[in-house]
Parts: sequence; C-alpha cells; structure tokens
Amino acid sequence: MSEAKKAKKSGFGRRKFLVGAATGVGVILGAGYLSRDLGRRYMAGMIHNLEPSYNNEAGPNLWFEITAENRVILHSPKVEMGQGVFTGLAQIAADELEVPIENMEVVHAATDRHVDPRSTGGSDSIAGLWNPLRELSATLREMLKSRAAELLDVERSALTVDAGVISGAGKSMTYGEVVAQTQESEWVVPDPPPLKDVSEYRYVGRPIARVDLQDKVLGSPIFGFDAALPDMLYGAVVRPDKIGATFLGADTSAAEGMPGVVKVVEEPDFVGVVAESQIQAEAAKKAIRARWQVDRNWQQADIEAMLKVGEGTAFEIQKAGDAEDLLSADGSADGDLITAEYSSPIGAHAQMEPNGTVAYVETKQGADDQVTILISTQVAKITRREVAERLGLDERQVNVKTTFLGGGFGRRLHTPNAMQAAVLSKAVGRPVKCFFDRKEEFQNDTFRPPTHHVLKARLNGGRIEALEHHVSSGDVAFGSPFIPELMETVLGADLGAWRGGMIQYRGIPHHRAVSWRVKLPFATSWWRSLGLLANTFAIESFIDELAEKAGADPVQFRLDHLADDEAGRRMRGVIEAARDRARWAEGAGEGRALGFAASTDAGTPAAQVVEVSVERGEIKVHRVVCAMDPGLAVNPDQIRAQCEGAIIMGQSASLYEEMTVEDGALTPTIYGAYRMALMRDAPKEIDVVILESTDEPGAVGEPPLGPIGAAIANGVFKLTGQRLRSLPLRIASTNQG
Amino acid sequence: MEELPVQISFTVNGVAQRVEVAGDTPLLWVLRDLLDLKGTKYGCGKAACGACTIHVDGEAVRSCSFAVKFAEGKEVTTIEGLSTEGGLHPVQQAWVEEVVPQCGYCQPGFIMATAALLEKIPSPTDQDIDDNIVNVCRCATYYRMRKAIHRAAEIRGQGSEERS
Repeated sequence: MSEAKKAKKSGFGRRKFLVGAATGVGVILGAGYLSRDLGRRYMAGMIHNLEPSYNNEAGPNLWFEITAENRVILHSPKVEMGQGVFTGLAQIAADELEVPIENMEVVHAATDRHVDPRSTGGSDSIAGLWNPLRELSATLREMLKSRAAELLDVERSALTVDAGVISGAGKSMTYGEVVAQTQESEWVVPDPPPLKDVSEYRYVGRPIARVDLQDKVLGSPIFGFDAALPDMLYGAVVRPDKIGATFLGADTSAAEGMPGVVKVVEEPDFVGVVAESQIQAEAAKKAIRARWQVDRNWQQADIEAMLKVGEGTAFEIQKAGDAEDLLSADGSADGDLITAEYSSPIGAHAQMEPNGTVAYVETKQGADDQVTILISTQVAKITRREVAERLGLDERQVNVKTTFLGGGFGRRLHTPNAMQAAVLSKAVGRPVKCFFDRKEEFQNDTFRPPTHHVLKARLNGGRIEALEHHVSSGDVAFGSPFIPELMETVLGADLGAWRGGMIQYRGIPHHRAVSWRVKLPFATSWWRSLGLLANTFAIESFIDELAEKAGADPVQFRLDHLADDEAGRRMRGVIEAARDRARWAEGAGEGRALGFAASTDAGTPAAQVVEVSVERGEIKVHRVVCAMDPGLAVNPDQIRAQCEGAIIMGQSASLYEEMTVEDGALTPTIYGAYRMALMRDAPKEIDVVILESTDEPGAVGEPPLGPIGAAIANGVFKLTGQRLRSLPLRIASTNQG
Repeated sequence: MEELPVQISFTVNGVAQRVEVAGDTPLLWVLRDLLDLKGTKYGCGKAACGACTIHVDGEAVRSCSFAVKFAEGKEVTTIEGLSTEGGLHPVQQAWVEEVVPQCGYCQPGFIMATAALLEKIPSPTDQDIDDNIVNVCRCATYYRMRKAIHRAAEIRGQGSEERS
C-alpha cells in the first residue's frame, strides 16, 4: 500500500477528502449514502464549490449513483426545462466514465443531497459544468479501476475499461459489481486524472438523441403541475389583478362553508384556501373578498412617459473615444449626424406550464419539522431559503425536489408560490398542491421590461465615425430579491437590461453605450436573453439605416466596422457564414426580401438572414439562416433545436407579443389575445450553421434570440421602404391587400 | 353553482371507468386528479392553447372546456393510450425520429391533435397543418413538428400498405 493511500484511508473521513482544491473547484468523492433497499449501492461524489453561500453546507453533494445493474444515475444540479441539459451532461459523463450512454440516467438533484449554489439560466449550464463534470467522472472511473484491481487481484496497469466493464488477465467486473463489493472505507480517491482529448470522445460532439425523448412523447414526465403526494389537498391563493396592490385583509365568510373547504388561511400578506379538490379550491377562492390598497390607477401612457431615455438614472456601460462630443448637435463636427428612436413593449413569459407546487410540512412531536417541496424551479436553493425563512426553519429541514420544468425562460427564478403552498400545508397538516391559473400567470408575471432607445451616429466618408446607444429599461436584475445569488452568475450592474446593449462594431473609433434605469410599478425581470432582443433590434436596425445612408451593402458595412480582435474575428466568422449560406448576394425571390442582423451574447456570436414578405398587411417569415459560434458543440442537434426555438420565440416577440396596462391592470390575460407564433407563423425553412472556433463549449440557449427582430425589420424595410422602429413590428396600413 | 355529483360512465384508453362527480366538471380534472392520468396538461383552462387535447370518440377535444357529463358512454383516449403493445403510435414515432420535444409540456396535446388530424386527412399539406394544428408551444418546436407531422403521415401510410 502506498504512503498516499495509507494517509487517505486513515486520516480523513469521506467528507474531508479534498482533491484539486487549488483550481478553486475541489472534488470530494465518498462512498456514503449506502442504501439498504433494493440491493442498490450508491456512489457519492461532489463538487465542493468554494463560494461563500456554500461553505456551510453539511455534506458532500451527491453526483453519481451506480446500481447493481450497472446503471449510472447522474444527479443533475441543472434543471431540464427543454434546453437539453440532461442530454449534454449525460454525454459528457458517459465519455469520461466509459459507459454506454444508454446506461446513463439523469435525474434532478434534490436539495437534501445536492445543492446547486447557482441558478439554471444565463445559458451557462454546459459551459459551466464542462470541466468539473469531466473531472468528477474521470476521478470516479479511476476509483472504480483501482478498486477492481484489488478485487480481481490484477495489476492496475493491466486493466482496461470499456462500456462500464473493467477487464484484465482474462477476468472482468462491471462497475455495479465493484460498487456492490466495496465498503466506504475501501475507496481511494486519486489525484484528478488527466482528461481525455476531445477527439477520443464517442458522445461529445455528436447529435445524440435527447435522453428524455421517449418519455416526453409518451407524456410520462412529471412536471411541477403534475406532482402529487399521498393524502394531498388542493390549495388556492387569491392574487391581485391590479398593479401595485397591497393586501389589507379579506372577508372569508362566504368561502368557509363551501363544499370541500378544509380551511381558509389568512396571513398578513396573502389569503388562501385549502379544499378537497382543485375545483372546490378554485370555487372557494372566488368567494373570498380580499381587500387591496391600490394607490394609483396606472395606464399605458403613464408607463410610456416614465420610460424615456433621459429619465431615471444613467449608467455608462461602454466608452471608447469621444462619441459624446462628436455626436453633439452644435454642428462643430464633420459629417452627417443621424438619430433615431426605437422601442419595445412589455413581454410575458407565457410558459406553458403554470407555476405549481406541492408542499408538505410534516410536524413531528419532539422532532424538527420536515418540509418537502415539489416544484418547477430554476433556483432550488433560493426556493428552499424562502420556504425556510417563512416557516422559521433551518434550510436543511426543507427538501426541494425539482421536477421537469414546462418551460423556464426566466419565469421560474421567482418562486414565492412555494412559500405560500408551505404555509397552507402547515395550516392543515397535509400535503397541499397550489398553482396559478392562466389569468394569474399573465397578471402576476415577472415581465420582460419595455424599453426605449435613442441612437445617434455620425457618418463620415461612408463610414461610421461615432455611434452611441442609449437604452431606457425597467429592471431585470435590479429590484429582484435574489440579486446576491444571481450576481454570482451574472456580474455587473443591471446587466440584464443592457445585455446586448453594447456596440459590437468596435472598429468604429468613437462609441458609447448608456443604460437608463426606470423603476416600473410592476415586476420586471429575466426573460430568455434579457435585454438582448430589444437592444439588438434597436442597434442592428440603426446600423441598417446607416448602411442605407452610406449607400453600402448592409452585410459588408457591418464587416467593415468590426475590430481585428478575437471577438471581431468570431463575429466576422458568423456574419460571413450566414451571408454565404443564405446566398445573400443573389437576393430574395419575387415579392420577398432578405434582412440581416447579428449580435453577440454571453460570448457567443450569432448572425441571421431572414426572407420575408408582406401578405394581407402581415409580415411573414419564410426562411431563416442562422450562423452561430458557440465553441465546441457538445450536441449539434440540440444546438440546432435551441436555435430553431429561439428564432421562432424571438419572431413571436418581435411580430405579435405585447402586454399593455389598462385601468391599473396588465392585459391581455389569455393565449390568443396575447398573440404568439403558431404553426402557421413559423418559418418553413430554418438552416443553422454551427461554427466551433474554440475548444470549449459556450452559451447556446439565448444568443440565437438576439438578431431575429432586427433581421425581420431590416427585411421589411428592403421590401416596403417602411422603417419600423417599434416592436411588435406592424406594417402601416396604407393598402389593405 | 356547482352541479350535484352524478355517476358518469365512459371508457378511458379502453378501460371502463365510472366516476361520481359534478357533471360540469371539466374532463381534464377528472382524467388528471381522479384517474391519475397526468399526461394531459392544463395550460389555460379556456381551450385557448390545446395542451389538454384528447380524443373523445376519435375527435380531438380540448378537455379543459369539455364537461365530463358529455363523455357519458363514450370512448376517451389520452396520450397514455395512444401507443399500443406493438409500439409507439406513428405520430409518436415521427416525433422521436425528428427529436421534436424540448420542455415537453405541450407535446401530448400536439401529438393528440396530430393523430386526430391524420385520421381525417392522411396526407396533410402544409396548409392543412396550418389550419388544423393550432396549439401553442412556447419552446416553439413548430419547425420540427411540421416535419414530424409529414413523417407521421408517411409512417402511417407504410403501415396501412403493409396491412393491405
């Protein structure tokens, strides 16, 4: 036995193994969590994240279980909301673990055994876990190999691993058999082994089918809305329909005696009811007369008056050269001064699964309360903290079990509904299921904030000499109760609002971007890609205006203003790829036009060419070519799927979607009236070109949403001569074709 | 006012069921909460999104707005009953081949709507698809769904050739 091995065996408990801590990410592997049931043995591993919010956690995070049947279960800290993260993580782990991907199973980590200190969002799940998960998987593989050498009595160097089976000298064992024959104290944790070269991977880089595919066509996955516990009751919480409503109290007498009602629960900040069935709970809720204080009857005009560049507080987010002076209107600078204003509306998440939660507060005589929460959440750690704080419990008494998410898009970064369901459950001592109806979803959303943009440029000799972008936006990151956590993911000032708001053509000698903060009277927050869609719409439409003024080809005009640095070269790559694939020079067919736009988000550049027409006064999108450079493509097919979805979601937001304020309420409150893209609106052709200019995976889920609004508007201008400067884009009704 | 509970009998996925429930209860909640068939989803409660689409006597129906009393004596099929022991339904098979689902929440409704469409129009044109498949998908998987619908028509056509 080597010295190192002896030291590890004798000196430390499983929770104290720390390997590779110098990298800032340590690996702790242990064989705790041995299960007595089902003959299943567990393999526990963890990443001990050294962020302050995580230092006090009690035990190692559970990453892997290996069953006697040789299945590997990965407990994913990142939630599956459609973006395909389970599949990408399974590919990465399978390759380093040397197991067939069919033997991998991915489940949501529950917070009692694995707490992700961060959220799922910002398109950073695969990029962020790329190295840690590979290192964990390789370490686990080496541990299994070392143990197999002992059990098989074969030199370790004579062993090979293939498909979850360790072989040598004519003998072999499966991983599952190794785990079944190993006690906790018998594991030896090696130094982090070298990672394989990407070229050796069998799954990474290939279009592997989604691991949740079969289940999802059978309708079997359980979402938060589907979750259930034995002996469960149904709750309903009264929610305000007016902006800025403060709860004052309620007359609950009519609801008390209604059929099926178990209890009406009034708290200082909300009132709810628990009943035997969903229908009964909803009926009783309608009978509760809540009293609200509403200080002002907000109208759309009030919001628009607040949302003006020049109002609120300004923050300079980008500055190069002397744009401010060159763009002043005193006439001292040479060249043409061009200005334009753009705007975008309030957007709803409108995710298909309304927010739903099952909560069970188990009160035990002489023991601590135990709380179970089943929920669609992008922030299990924050959900847990909110429930614990409300009930006055330690966070470890609350176990948040994340379900599949019926869409995320940022909506599930706010989960106060978990706390409300927990309060109702505690009041009745039984599990309670509680969810929003669709009207409540639309009225109590955390909206994409509306924006107003002012752009100024000076053209000189056919080139942009100076360019300035001002954006006024409601809050995205600011004003959220979760800033401390989420600032770890998304650094800076309200970078949500100005995401995509900086000038990416840094070949322009003088450029500047300014973000104006406006505090709106309703909640605004993260919406897939944050400010990217609106900011790109404004900047990339304006660039098209400048190209037109300069008499230049819009694509070449963009290329001519890129900086010669890495970001500039990667942007050039996607612009040229989209141009060439779309055969930009050939133009569009009869009655159609091509439009172009590009953006960079979270380090990933994307460029799009769209082919549009106008039919019966409506803009139609026929074809979209999207070139994107996310770096190493772990799963090219799912990258395509994310591009296709983001393009159509962005098209929907650009052409149809709009919430407005009427008589103090946000409206509309139902699909249809809140018009979204349907099958008939979606482009029939979407062509995605993936460039891999770096050897590590980057952001995928949000970047392709950036260019689409501007690309459509630019195509419409070419076709009709109408420069549309407000989302949603609407053709002026000069001829009712 | 809520109607008084009555006994209602119908078959669900080939199995006879009898429930005692107010007659105006939406079939959606009977399927989900009484019969524990969670594949049929609530999206809006007003027949505006199609997430709750099922078949009643072969017709696509938005079950959130279909009172259970109208199911009396009828055959109800949900996503759980679409596949058979022989394997996936052609629509599900096509959905797998085209890797359609993302979050997956709305997909049962789309699959049920498509299965009903193909019974009426075995080889739908793009226009037929636009006119008949009007559910909402927020992940916007429409591009792949259109391909999958055409593929499902093909698979279905091959199946009927083999049978004939």
